[in-house]
Amino acid sequence: MDKHHSNIEHAHSYTIYIWVWISLLALTGVTVAVAGINFGAFTIAAALIIASVKSYLVLTIFMHLRLEMKAFRVFVAVALLFVIISFTLLFADYSFLSLR
Amino acid sequence: MSTQEQAVVHVHRDDIGSRMGMWLFLFTELLLFGGLFFLYSVYRFMHQADFHVAAKELNVLVGTFNTAILLTSSLTMALSITALQRNNKKLSVFFQLCTILLAVAFLVNKYFEWMTKIHHGIYPGSDEYLAMESGRRLFFALYYVMTGLHALHVIIGMVLISVMTRFTVRNVITHDNYVKLEAAGLYWHLVDIIWIFLFPLFYLIT
Amino acid sequence: MDNDAATAANDHVSFLKYKGKYKGIRSWILSTDHKRIGILYLMALLCFFALGVTFGFLIRLELLTPGKTIVEPQVYNEFFTLHGVIMIFLFVIPGLPAVFGNFFLPIMLGAKDVAFPRLNLLSWWLYVTGGVLIIASILMPGGPADTGWTFYIPYSVRTTTNVIITGSAAFLLGFSSILTGLNFITTIHRLRAPGMGWFKMPLFAWSLYATAWIQVLATPIIGITLLLIIVERVFGVGLFDPALGGDPILFQHLFWIYSHPAVYIMIVPAMGVISEIIPVFARRTIFGYKFIAFSSIGIALFGSLVWAHHMFAVGMSDTGQFIFSFLTFMVAIPSAIKVFNWTATLYKGSISLDPPMLFALAFIFLFSIGGFTGLIQGALSVDIHLTDTSFIVGHFHYVMFGGTGMGIFAALHYWLPKMFGRMYNLKRAKVAFWIIFVGFNTLYFPMFVMGWLGMPRRYYDYLPEYTIYHQISTVGSWILITGMIIMFTNLIQGLRKGKVVTERNIWGGETLEWTIETPPTHDNFDKIPMISTPPYEYKQNETEELPEEIIH
Repeated sequence: MDKHHSNIEHAHSYTIYIWVWISLLALTGVTVAVAGINFGAFTIAAALIIASVKSYLVLTIFMHLRLEMKAFRVFVAVALLFVIISFTLLFADYSFLSLR
Repeated sequence: MSTQEQAVVHVHRDDIGSRMGMWLFLFTELLLFGGLFFLYSVYRFMHQADFHVAAKELNVLVGTFNTAILLTSSLTMALSITALQRNNKKLSVFFQLCTILLAVAFLVNKYFEWMTKIHHGIYPGSDEYLAMESGRRLFFALYYVMTGLHALHVIIGMVLISVMTRFTVRNVITHDNYVKLEAAGLYWHLVDIIWIFLFPLFYLIT
Repeated sequence: MDNDAATAANDHVSFLKYKGKYKGIRSWILSTDHKRIGILYLMALLCFFALGVTFGFLIRLELLTPGKTIVEPQVYNEFFTLHGVIMIFLFVIPGLPAVFGNFFLPIMLGAKDVAFPRLNLLSWWLYVTGGVLIIASILMPGGPADTGWTFYIPYSVRTTTNVIITGSAAFLLGFSSILTGLNFITTIHRLRAPGMGWFKMPLFAWSLYATAWIQVLATPIIGITLLLIIVERVFGVGLFDPALGGDPILFQHLFWIYSHPAVYIMIVPAMGVISEIIPVFARRTIFGYKFIAFSSIGIALFGSLVWAHHMFAVGMSDTGQFIFSFLTFMVAIPSAIKVFNWTATLYKGSISLDPPMLFALAFIFLFSIGGFTGLIQGALSVDIHLTDTSFIVGHFHYVMFGGTGMGIFAALHYWLPKMFGRMYNLKRAKVAFWIIFVGFNTLYFPMFVMGWLGMPRRYYDYLPEYTIYHQISTVGSWILITGMIIMFTNLIQGLRKGKVVTERNIWGGETLEWTIETPPTHDNFDKIPMISTPPYEYKQNETEELPEEIIH
């Protein structure tokens, strides 16, 4: 019966959202600025790392993942693991390819 | 005693369950784009130089501007939920409308961006498209398919949020029953996350 | 007060007679009751199954003699495409989860319905729309797709047949499958009865949980792949088309990232059914409950890692081939764990060979043959010889029909009396079983032999030396179909005129569905049960056996 009252805890304040938003914009600025510099192979890595940090902020704060029960975080981990494993195995073929 | 209670409260309500379902649905969206990201990474791996050259043809300024718009719309979406939690219906509706407006702005921007490309003769089936080196063509193929599918999601999200706004105005969504708005919010943030990755992969690889 | 009493009486009536918001046919096709939706799925599924069997029958008939027997090559190509698409997307994938999962999962968990009843109804409508689209593709000018169910590029971009319609049908069916999957995950997480911990769940629920995760995570990949075929055909973007610089093998990768796990979407629920049936008819607690439960998860996990073993002959890198071959052998482990645990459950059981048990045992036998022949093809060098021969067709049918098909037949015989409150003729069911079993092996075993000798699959014509195998196989298809006609007639007659059953526990099962009325009431349970013991506790039998065990 009390299940849906658990919503009360399900809240962030306005200020934390504003801070996250500012950080997201700042990170966007950083990624644009960094893209101009040539780090070689590290350029793409830098872009992806910054994008991951941004996604992490959106996931945990905007999408309330931090306030959800543990199962939700496990779910996200499972989904990401599936993507990462598929990606790795796909490149198990492509990175050793000489024919095509 | 508990059975009687259950008979009275026949409409079962489980907000955590609803959000769980929404998250699972988001995974399917993530994987839908995941397939495209697989394509992108393989083709970029195979045609690195061509991708770098082709990416120069995209306008970084427009891309950055659109990123800012989408991030801000994500903020207003999150704020609208907090506003509703604090029983401030008017503010919540205001933030929802902001989100919709920003989504429109994003799409308008996208429209002009696509149109410029199409005016330059870069679109599937055009003579120029068929004459390109394959790496450059694959870049634009991915550009159209991925941003196109993303734009489609923006449109779906807009419609979804509009419905939620209507629900909020009509008190279907209230300060103690707003899981629908939360679900729409989750969807909107996912659209945002996908753009967070699309942006550097298409605009910032020069 | 009167009104209340009437409602209460209505609540207690069987779900078949329950009066809801709608009347007549609409009380079915608009119902959100998981039991009615399960039956809706069953009806639609059996219609499509009949269609799929018909195409299979026609393929075999065409192959009776070398050269033309009944149809032209183009029509033959359409036959095997339709047979594949209908059987896979409309029969085996939704088969167990959508019919028996829908009907029994909430009951086995002690819940009144699934977590999202309306979404459940939507998934049925998407399913039917997808099925109708496939039939529409047959009737429309251009004819049905002739690409095989795999839609390989570049042919699927070049052919003039209705690939777009068939592709969108498969897309909708995938969406329907996703909705079922996410519904089940949420149901299992949120709606278990009080006291039912994860390890007190019946194994069928475990298998559906593993399946649902594959459905949610893998299906979107085929969704985007099919969308891209449509985009490719309409706009010619060139993402896969080699003429435009695309990589057709990348298409195969994406296709199999879904379609290999999809094989486990098909088989894992059947394994769940077998895990339900075996302890009931052996009168023993299941052996290795946790191993069976975790091996379902293990299959779901490993099953997602082996997709490229469908592509050993297309020119992947050697390293890639090696890794995928290795992982393919790994996936045999959780499957073997299940088989060993089932046989261990049978050991010293007091086995009664009722029809559901016969089908379950046939499952173990046929699935083992299918599994072992799968290992043969997992070996890189042998696979080069066997790729695209009828050996793979034999293997696939032993796993999918001998496995999932038998699982569905077993589930029909096991649960149908519970669902409808009427019993079929047991003797006739056993006769039908033996005819099916003989027909099945006559039909598919020669495929191993001629495949080993080099008969390519999907070919319209063949060299005269293969004639004898094709003829045995075709005769087998007639026997098999005869058996299935007897079986379905028996089941349908049983539902219409069979002996009325009101007994709650028809077979002596220990899971929750056997504690409620036959057929179930609208709300399943008069009051939500409290669970304190694991499923499959055959205490009585085991205390009886106890003295004997002490002697040993």
